[in-house]
Amino acid sequence: MSTALDATAARARLRLERKPRLLRLIAEGEWTTRDAARLDTQLHHLDLGDAVDAEIYALGLGRLDSASAWLLVRTKREWEDRGKRVAPILLPDVYSTLLHTVEHEHTAPPVVIHNRHTLLAFVTRVGQATVLGLKQGVGILGYLGRVTVETTEAIYHPRGNLRVAALVHQIEETGLNALPIVGLLAFLIGVVLAYQGADQLKRFGAEVFTINLLGVGLLRELGGLVTAIIVAGRSGSAFTAQIGTMRVNEEIDALQTIGINTVDALVLPRIIGLVIALPLLTFYADVMGLLGGAVMCYFDLGITIPVFIRQLQEAISVNTFLVGIIKAPVFAFIIGLVGCFEGLQVERNAASVGKLTTRSVVESIFLVIVIDAGFSIMFSILGI
Amino acid sequence: MAGDQQDVVIKVRGLVNAFGSQILHDHLNLDVYRGEVLGVVGGSGTGKSVLLRSIIGLNQIKSGTIEVFGRDTSNLNEAQWREIEMRWGVLFQEGALFSSQTIAENIQVPLREYTEMSQALMNEIASMKLSMVGLSEDAAAKHPSELSGGMKKRAGLARALALDPEVVFLDEPTAGLDPISANMFDELVKDLQKSLNLTVFMVTHDLDTLRATTDRIAVLVDRQIVVGTIDELRQNRHPWIQEYFSGPRGRAAAG
Repeated sequence: MSTALDATAARARLRLERKPRLLRLIAEGEWTTRDAARLDTQLHHLDLGDAVDAEIYALGLGRLDSASAWLLVRTKREWEDRGKRVAPILLPDVYSTLLHTVEHEHTAPPVVIHNRHTLLAFVTRVGQATVLGLKQGVGILGYLGRVTVETTEAIYHPRGNLRVAALVHQIEETGLNALPIVGLLAFLIGVVLAYQGADQLKRFGAEVFTINLLGVGLLRELGGLVTAIIVAGRSGSAFTAQIGTMRVNEEIDALQTIGINTVDALVLPRIIGLVIALPLLTFYADVMGLLGGAVMCYFDLGITIPVFIRQLQEAISVNTFLVGIIKAPVFAFIIGLVGCFEGLQVERNAASVGKLTTRSVVESIFLVIVIDAGFSIMFSILGI
Repeated sequence: MAGDQQDVVIKVRGLVNAFGSQILHDHLNLDVYRGEVLGVVGGSGTGKSVLLRSIIGLNQIKSGTIEVFGRDTSNLNEAQWREIEMRWGVLFQEGALFSSQTIAENIQVPLREYTEMSQALMNEIASMKLSMVGLSEDAAAKHPSELSGGMKKRAGLARALALDPEVVFLDEPTAGLDPISANMFDELVKDLQKSLNLTVFMVTHDLDTLRATTDRIAVLVDRQIVVGTIDELRQNRHPWIQEYFSGPRGRAAAG
């Protein structure tokens, strides 16, 4: 056994022997990958002289591997390029097959590793990202059209293509199983909102209006927004990962060849399930948020629960609640659409699943906030 | 290949592997000799890949000892592991190429980790390894996702051979290759084996490959291993072995 740690192993050596008309490179010892870096440097710094004939004498080699065989072959080629007549490399018989492999099967130039940090590469990436973004927009718009058509068909002409079992499963998965996390976060947001509000309003002696702040803030905006963001992170990503994994496994292709419409089978149960689940979750988040606020008001401001409820009834109307809850199905549709669309964009490799899952979450949260802003503008114009 | 003073590179003694109540290997013994090509075959679920993963340390074994290059792998420190890992190369079933890197960069990963080669030399060597496994140079700049299954496998082999290891583990190397590529692969394994005195541990189902390249074959049956040359195994009376080597495919490969 020969390893670098083995003290008895003969290190790779090379020397030049000059005769009047002949230049001879003598290679001895164990030429392995471990010594290739050193040998490479030495070979590059050889003083060749002006002899025309040259030979590479390697009969004394104790060991030769492909990296080192390449060094010998490369040296021979370089010498030939400089106009020397180089005799065939002399080496022990056992390595002749290897030398043949390296010498005759390998004539390609060295591979080129492109530098990714140049300005040109940066500009290229920006350009590619822009085109990709536009294509993405067109793609998702087209998909929105397809899903809309199929959803309408499923509702108006139910031909048994709505999969009820899958739908119920999705509602359980995206709605029921999200209750603990949504409840906890909404409660905490209620606590934080009440605490910060009370802190500021105390200065004007108007701490009782904390309840107005809480009611309007939570019901109109925060309840729905926070729930949608949690669900985008929780379920939107799951949609992309599930459908993406199915793509990697060719399951989507299998469904299509069997004649099952993938929108019917995979997309509609998820989107409709989420459209049903998210408003319910939002209502639950509203309740939990108000509860958190009430607890905080009791401990921080000494407002008892009956007083809290009375003030709340004065502060908000049914409209306040409706304005918040009406956004939930729209958010749900967007999250489901983006999640499923990105899942179907996955290529047939595992890395693609992760990439598109991340993209799906970022896009759906972005769209949720943009649409929320749109709603705000619309409501203010309508004077609601 | 069966001599008395063979240099044993891998020595497995009393290996037990079990998942839950299912026992895969029950006190299994195996010797792999230096310079031989050992084919490992067995029915689905008999633990061929688990055996391979046990030897290369990816699978926690239940009991038994595994010696590689004369060292018990169960009590090695990190430096000793690196020393051993440098001396073997592994080709995984799907190539297991690093997806964020190009093929050339993939091949250079071990070179960069273990040697101080200049980038120029590494580029030359990557190019050489690619042509050794029969890939053209335009594959070098591609990412694994742009390659077909067979090309990924070749690129994976090029990476496994990057450090010119003494032992190569191949997990189903010719599966998914067309017959011509598979033949070329067999030739390549034989060539490398001859010129580098390479030891090859190969899990395969390709009877042509077994016939063409292996010196001995290890058959996993009844949680044990039966080793022999292809002709010896034909004489074996175990029903699975009989079916395997004397079934229609086995006879066709025998020619």
